[in-house]
Amino acid sequence: MTEMAQTTAATRTAETVASRLSRRYAAERRFRALGLGSILLSVGFLALLLGSIIDKGWTGFLQTQIAIEIAFDPQVIDPDGSRDPVTLDTADYAALVRNGLVARLAPEADRATRRDLSALVSTMAANQLRHMVTNDPSLIGTRATLWLLASDKLDMVVKGQVPRQLGADGNSLNDRQLGWLGELEQAGQTRKTFNATFFISGDSRAPEQAGIWGAVVGSFFSLAITLLVSFPLGVATAVYLEEFAPSNRWTNLIEVNINNLAAVPSVVFGLLGLAVFLNVFHMPRSAPLVGGLVLALICLPTIIIAGRAALKAVPPSIRQAAAGLGASPLQIVAHHVLPLAMPGMLTGTILGMARALGETAPLLMIGMVAFIVDIPKSPLDPSAVLPVQIYLWAGSTERAFVEKTSAAIIVLLLFLVSMNMVAIVLRKKFERRW
Amino acid sequence: MQTLTLAAILLLLSSFAFRLGRKRAFAVSAHEPRSLHSLPGYYGSWVALWCGLPAFAVLVAWLVLEPTVVRELVISDLPAAMQALPSDNIDVLINEVRNAAQGHATTNPDLAAAADHYTHLRQIGFAAVAVVSVAIALAGAAFAYRRIEPALRARPRVEASINVFLVASSTVAIFTTIGIVLSLLFESLRFFHMVNFFDFLFGLSWSPQMATRSDQVGSSGAFGMIPLFTGTMLISLISMVVALPLGLFSAIYMSEYAQPRIRAVAKPALEILAGIPTVVFGFFAVITVAPLIRTAGAMFGLSVASESALAAGFVMGITLIPLISSLSDDVITAVPQSLREGAFGLGATRSETIRQVVLPAALPGIVGGVLLAVSRAIGETMIVVMAAGLSAKLTFNPLEAVTTVTVQIVTLLVGDTEFDSPKTLAAFALGLMLFAITLGLNVVALHIVQKYREKYD
Repeated sequence: MTEMAQTTAATRTAETVASRLSRRYAAERRFRALGLGSILLSVGFLALLLGSIIDKGWTGFLQTQIAIEIAFDPQVIDPDGSRDPVTLDTADYAALVRNGLVARLAPEADRATRRDLSALVSTMAANQLRHMVTNDPSLIGTRATLWLLASDKLDMVVKGQVPRQLGADGNSLNDRQLGWLGELEQAGQTRKTFNATFFISGDSRAPEQAGIWGAVVGSFFSLAITLLVSFPLGVATAVYLEEFAPSNRWTNLIEVNINNLAAVPSVVFGLLGLAVFLNVFHMPRSAPLVGGLVLALICLPTIIIAGRAALKAVPPSIRQAAAGLGASPLQIVAHHVLPLAMPGMLTGTILGMARALGETAPLLMIGMVAFIVDIPKSPLDPSAVLPVQIYLWAGSTERAFVEKTSAAIIVLLLFLVSMNMVAIVLRKKFERRW
Repeated sequence: MQTLTLAAILLLLSSFAFRLGRKRAFAVSAHEPRSLHSLPGYYGSWVALWCGLPAFAVLVAWLVLEPTVVRELVISDLPAAMQALPSDNIDVLINEVRNAAQGHATTNPDLAAAADHYTHLRQIGFAAVAVVSVAIALAGAAFAYRRIEPALRARPRVEASINVFLVASSTVAIFTTIGIVLSLLFESLRFFHMVNFFDFLFGLSWSPQMATRSDQVGSSGAFGMIPLFTGTMLISLISMVVALPLGLFSAIYMSEYAQPRIRAVAKPALEILAGIPTVVFGFFAVITVAPLIRTAGAMFGLSVASESALAAGFVMGITLIPLISSLSDDVITAVPQSLREGAFGLGATRSETIRQVVLPAALPGIVGGVLLAVSRAIGETMIVVMAAGLSAKLTFNPLEAVTTVTVQIVTLLVGDTEFDSPKTLAAFALGLMLFAITLGLNVVALHIVQKYREKYD
């Protein structure tokens, strides 16, 4: 009797378990799907980010030009025929461009029409003509068909970044200008070429003339300073803490400090730079020197932590062998441990530099947000850096700056990717397992 | 530029000194290096140190003192009427003199003369420093060179100076912290002289623009940080709502389920996400996410502000996914395999094991990681500067525009800053709060991780 009761109880348990099993398996599948879903979603966000940036930015590497026959009218350039350099330099070249456009597109143009015509080309076109004439005054009186840089509004329409419809969001061309554009395109008088301006010039208020070279040079100077300051300091600190420091409260304090500094918001470092480097030491505002110093303080903890990890990975047997041969503690480190730890330290440094390259907020604090056209020549000149340039352009209202911003982001990301590649290669190539 | 040339010359001299010292060591040992106390290179290094260190010390001292010295001299040479001006105006004058010396024309003949004087002084000063430092370098090298003898303990001396360098380097971190605390504290104290501390801490309205005029300085009540604080909290909360589940589930999937193939793709992808600068995310928020949210809101008949807290918080959440995921991944992998096997042996499914065994064991680490992520979210600047608004509204509606502590710090300090107005000083007070909060969160996070860490040995 009792036996039977036991069997029935056991079967009942088995039945309950079995009946729950499908539900438990379903929960298992749901859980698993949640995990996979989060990964896919995260990767999807990354893809959306990169996709939208590339989609908006790749055309930034192209520029639109239109071909116009220009008459180098002596009446406009040099009415006296003196060929005086100053006269040639100050002549109204914009009028030449305008006349060329009028002759091609609207021979009976009134004032408003002329203004609409002028809006098709960039002000850079007049500079282009000035440059040509001052280099070769014999051009005066001749005619030539030239490819002129189009204005940003025309550029956006030609590239399809804004819709061609009248009054569409972001399209500021009027129906007349759109008509002219169609006419030029039919005659094959528009083309898209590689946008060298973007890579060789500094910032500009006109999107079609704006470039990133000034910011790239500024970033280079800042990072050079950062590297010069933070690498020796970081390596020295890591060596001291890992190899020489006695374990006492002072060492402990330093270690806690470094870990905390690694978590301090970067904008606070910017405040430090403003209060100390600018207000106490009176260093120049907006200069890569100050930016580099602030960035050095920011990436110092990264370098130290990576450096210590690299030193820790060197097995004690190396140290003991060197000591056995009579090397002094410093010789052990300098001749044996440090060279073995160097790849790891360099990897950490490159990653720290990559972070510094993308850092923006602290640089805003020390005034690196000024509008600077000139290419900086030294770390003391005011300059922008790449991420700040991106920030500045992102705040501009012109539609064409969205494209420039995205293009600058692509360049920045390429720099970051190549730095990370170097770090990965270093790690792969020199990583040793003991 | 001049300074760099001088530094290069000094370096060159030092390297010469090194060669000379090494040669001399060979010579005094009568070409029997074994009679030397140290390797010949150490004698070289010792001479090079004597040559370079004092000279560089002089150079650095000059670089630090030059602005002050030259400034005082120029001021003492200005017309008496100008000298009598209050110190702020003198600062302006000196700036103009500097600009004039750099080639910008000035209309004031006195200042033009002062600019000439300024250039002259700097040139004289530099020439003097160049001569002095080179002389010191030569003298130092000669002194050390003549003292080289086989019994000289060159290695310990060189190593001692290197040790000093190592110790000094390790204190930079301490000085950085001290610098941060002191600079924030001093400027904040100046701010609290003008604005009551409690008004700042508990005030419900923030409009710093009102107090820029001198007749409104002081307790106008426009410096209450509560609206900024709630804005920061709101955006951080939204970001954690996005980042916590996504990051945690990604970590669980990657450490417990994923085949190596998926791991090999997903892990680098998350690392790329972590490496993208926040200014890029800010742009993404403005250009892509905010319009998407607005369209979505319009479909449900909601009006979403163009700079909504939701857009900023959402994008910030995306940036925090890799942080949470990698920290959780670490602690989940650290849970010993035997715990999982025990659960499997009792018939638990994988998800039951994870939920009832692995996660509780990993909880302290995960909580620590989340706190670190919150502290990152509070201190994050660029995304909110670009995507969140400037209006300090006291609201918890994620569809409205809010502003944050970091946004206000940037806004207050970008542009022309004069250091007497409470407007600029307020930024330092906000910075102090930010520093205190993030520091507190970090300390608590570390404490939790250390105190509640289960030990399985």
